[in-house]
Amino acid sequence: MAADGTIAVRDAAEITGGRANSLQRFARRRSTIAFVMTLPLLAVIVGLVAYPALFGIYLSMLNRRMTEFVGFLNYEILIESETFWNVFFQSCFFAITAVLLKALIGFWLAHMLHHIPNNKQRKWRGMLLVPWVIPPALSTLGWWWMFDPSYSSINWLLSIVSVPEVPWLGHHWWARIAIIMVNVWIGAPFFMIMYLAALKSVPEQLYEAAAIDGATSWQRLRYVTLPMMANIISITVLFSLIVTFANYDIVRVLTNGGPRDLTHVFASYAFQVGILSGNIPRGAAVSLFMLPFLAVCAFFVLRGVVRRNKEQM
Amino acid sequence: MAQVSLRKIVKAYEGGVQAVKGIDLEIDDHEFVVLVGPSGCGKSTTLRMIAGLEEITGGDIAIGGTIVNDIPPRDRDIAMVFQNYALYPHMSVYENMAFGLTLRKFPKAEIDTRVKAAAEILDITPLLDRKPKALSGGQRQRVAMGRAIVRNPKVFLFDEPLSNLDAKLRVQMRTEIKKVHQRVKTTTIYVTHDQVEAMTLADRVVVMNHGIIEQVGPPQELYHSPATKFVAGFIGSPAMNFIPARLEQASGALVLALPDGIRLNVPEARSARYAAHAGREVLFGIRPEHLTDDKPTDKANPAPLTLTPEVIEPMGMETLAHFRLDGAEISARLDPATPAEVGVPLRLIAHMDQMHLIDPTTDKVL
Repeated sequence: MAADGTIAVRDAAEITGGRANSLQRFARRRSTIAFVMTLPLLAVIVGLVAYPALFGIYLSMLNRRMTEFVGFLNYEILIESETFWNVFFQSCFFAITAVLLKALIGFWLAHMLHHIPNNKQRKWRGMLLVPWVIPPALSTLGWWWMFDPSYSSINWLLSIVSVPEVPWLGHHWWARIAIIMVNVWIGAPFFMIMYLAALKSVPEQLYEAAAIDGATSWQRLRYVTLPMMANIISITVLFSLIVTFANYDIVRVLTNGGPRDLTHVFASYAFQVGILSGNIPRGAAVSLFMLPFLAVCAFFVLRGVVRRNKEQM
Repeated sequence: MAQVSLRKIVKAYEGGVQAVKGIDLEIDDHEFVVLVGPSGCGKSTTLRMIAGLEEITGGDIAIGGTIVNDIPPRDRDIAMVFQNYALYPHMSVYENMAFGLTLRKFPKAEIDTRVKAAAEILDITPLLDRKPKALSGGQRQRVAMGRAIVRNPKVFLFDEPLSNLDAKLRVQMRTEIKKVHQRVKTTTIYVTHDQVEAMTLADRVVVMNHGIIEQVGPPQELYHSPATKFVAGFIGSPAMNFIPARLEQASGALVLALPDGIRLNVPEARSARYAAHAGREVLFGIRPEHLTDDKPTDKANPAPLTLTPEVIEPMGMETLAHFRLDGAEISARLDPATPAEVGVPLRLIAHMDQMHLIDPTTDKVL
C-alpha cells in the first residue's frame, strides 16, 4: 500500500481534515503527476501533429480562394484529372519499388556486415551509413550532375564498356529509374542499420539448434532469421513506405516533376499545385490523398507486431 | 545408436590459447557419459566439437565409426539440448519438436506419431499448441528434450541443460533425464559443472580440468579412488580435506605426522602401498564424511584427533563442523546429536581405511 503512496496521503488528509488539503491531495495523486509530466509531449503532439493534420483536412475542403466550404469537390476534381492519375501511378511505382529495393539491399548489406568480426565492423558500418547522413538535397545535387546530359559521369563509365548513352533525366522511364536509384542509395543504409540490430538480437543458439536440426543456411534464413526479424522488417517497411510516399526533395532537385509532369510524386505535385499555382486547398487534397490507404496499412502492420510481441517476446 | 570416439582432440583459438589439449575418449553405444569440470575446463568446447558447432584444430572425432571432422552438424545425426533451451519462439511446441523431421522431409503421419510419442514420454501433450513464451522453465526444458528425442539420433548431447532451473526443479528434471535415458537408450554425452548431476546421471564420469581429462570412471570409482588431487577435491560435497603431513616409519608401522603433533596410524592394509614413500612430505586427504565423531572402523587401530570447531553448521540430518589446522581448512560431518560448540575442543575419529595420500609435487594420488 505504501508503495503506491496514495493511501498514506489519504490517511494524512483524513487526520487533518480540511478542504485546503484536498487540492494538495489532488496534486500528489500519481495520475495527476503523470499527466503533468506528459503535458509538454502532449502539447508538442497537439501543436505540431494533430492541429496541422486537422487543419490540412479542413483546407482540402475549401474552394480555391479559401472562402467557401466545398466538401470533397477538390478530391473529385483530382480523380477526374489525368495528370493526377499519372502522379498517383508514379508515386505508387516509386514508393513500392524503392522500398522493396531498399529492404532487399539493406538486408543483404546487414548480412554482410553481420559476418564481419565486431572490431572491423565499425568502419564498414560508418562508411555504409554515409549516404543516409548527408542532407538528401545536397547528395541529390551530386547525382544530378552525374545524370547531366552533357557531362554525365555515369554515361562516361558506360561508354568505356561500349554501352550507348542513357538519357537519364530526359526520358520519363529513365527519369523514374534515376529517382528510384537515388532514393535507394540514400535510404538503404537505414534498412541496413535496422536489420543489423535485428540480426544481432537473434540468439546464436537458435542458429546452432537449427543447424543441428538439419537446416541448411537458406533454411536457417527462412525459418529462423526471417521470422525472428518479422517485427523489425514490417515496422521498417511501413515507416519507409510512409516516408517514401511523402518524398519531395529528390524529385524536386532531380527532375522537378519533368519531363511532362510524368515524374511527379504526391509531395512535389502538391507543392506545384498548392504553392506554385496558388491553389492551396487542391494541394492539400493531393497530399492527403494517400492518408486513408497508409492508415489502413499501418493498422494491419502494427496489429501484427503487437500480436507477435504478445506471443513471442 | 553409436559409439563416439575422440582421438587426440585439440582446440586452439587465435593467439594460441588451447581450450582442449589433446584428449582421448571412447564412449560406448547406449552409454551415458558426463563431462564435468569447472568453467573454462574445455568440457563445453569438447561437446560443441562433437556437435560440429566448433571446428577441430587437431585430432579426429568418430561417430558410429565414421570420422565426422568435416561433416556439418546436420549430417552428423546428433541432437542437442542447450542450456537456454534454444526453442524457436515463433513456433508452437509441436512445430518446435517437428522442425528437424520436417526439414528431413519425413511424412506428416510419421512426424505426428513421433511428436506425440515423445510428448507422451515427457508429459507435455497438453502443451503442444502453446508457444515457448507461455511455458515455464521446466516445461521448456522438456520441449527441448522432446525436440531431441523425436529425431531418434545416434547421439544426444546435453550442454548444461539444468543450470537455468531453480534448485528444486533441477533435482526433478535430473531424475526425468535419467528416466528418459532408461527408456530411450541413446548414447548420451552430458556436460555440467555440477558434480552431483555428474555422479547421479552418469554411467561414466569424465573429469576435465585446464583442457585435459583428469580421470574417467564410474561415479563410485571417482569417489573412492580419485587419481589426482583435482578429482579428489572436485568430486564430493563438501570437498575433501587436504592436510599437509609427513609419512613416518615408526616401529614397523606407518604413521602420519600432522601439524600440532597429531599422529594418525596408517592401516596395515595400506602399508605396502605407501611404504616406498615413508619419510616424505605428503598431503593427507580425507573426506568430511570420513572424519566423524562415530566409532572407529578399525577398532584395533583407532585414529583419534582433537580439533576446535570454528564454525558449526547444523543441516538437520547432519551437522557440519569447520576447523583450522595449521592454515588448512578442515570440515567434518557430525551426528546432529553430538553436542558440538564453537571454541570447545572436539574429539574426532578419522576413518583411515578411506584415507588418500597425495604427492604434493605431482598432485597424483599415491
